[in-house]
Amino acid sequence: MVKREGGMATIEISCVEVWSEISNYLDEEISPEMRERMEAHFKACAHCTAVLDGTRNVVGLVGDGRVFQMPDGFSKRLYKKLQKLP
Amino acid sequence: MELSNFGSLGLAKQHHTDLSATMSMTQSQLRTNEAELIKSVCGGQREAFYELLRPYERMIYATAISVVKNPADAEEVAQEAVLKAFSNLSGFRAESKFSTWLVQITYNEARMKLRKARPHLYESIDDQQEDDKGDFWPKDYADWRPIPSELLEQKEIRQAVQDAINSLNSSYREVLLLRDVQHLSIKETSTVLGISEPSVKTRLHRARLLLRDRLAPGIDGSWIKGQPYRKARAW
Repeated sequence: MVKREGGMATIEISCVEVWSEISNYLDEEISPEMRERMEAHFKACAHCTAVLDGTRNVVGLVGDGRVFQMPDGFSKRLYKKLQKLP
Repeated sequence: MELSNFGSLGLAKQHHTDLSATMSMTQSQLRTNEAELIKSVCGGQREAFYELLRPYERMIYATAISVVKNPADAEEVAQEAVLKAFSNLSGFRAESKFSTWLVQITYNEARMKLRKARPHLYESIDDQQEDDKGDFWPKDYADWRPIPSELLEQKEIRQAVQDAINSLNSSYREVLLLRDVQHLSIKETSTVLGISEPSVKTRLHRARLLLRDRLAPGIDGSWIKGQPYRKARAW
């Protein structure tokens, strides 16, 4: 199906197609045409928008430096080990 | 365009990382600075190695723990990896980033430890042929509310995220770790793991969606379709 918005034609895509490209969408690893189609889909599909937002949220959380906290004294023990090297 | 390398996404994630000092530098400044430090270390100035290493301590630990999953083993792996990096520093070639080189060494050490400790388990993990084909259907939750990053200040939230990462199959976890935790590019991730770039993308996609599925209901167990939301979150 072709949808026209402001003179631009956008070929609609299914939810399954959108899900298969969510990760590439976040990484900007898709063509401008696919991006446009996905964005048109997100405007109309609450579920896919929730999947996108949730995935983006998760990527942000795991990439936050606070998730993996080093144990207390980690650096000290590491440098102590290095000092022992001949 | 690669979004997540130290030069682009890294700058956006300046806060809450140990790399903040180096982030204010440009990529080329960082490389020049590191090249000078490496030269000093190879010239006998051991203290320069500490300076070279310091921004990457957390990265090394995170790499180790995501493979061995145990803080004590992760620390041991990190120490071994750092000693190895020190001993082999003269062999470091500037074609790759120092950070990627360190991740590669740590990753290899961690896998070696796993192989020694649990050879049968390692073998079965290693032999797993992931079904990277086919559609993946993300679960439909009745509602989704983002988990604010500020909540990572709370130990139980950090633990929930770590547990969700640990629950992933190793081939997904490793890709996720290198790409989304360590912010390596797709190409760098492919080099470290020895798999193709399309495989990195496919596994990353699965890993991210699986993690969403696991985290969405996992923190307070309230997101169950067909049931009213039980307010258990503090936000």
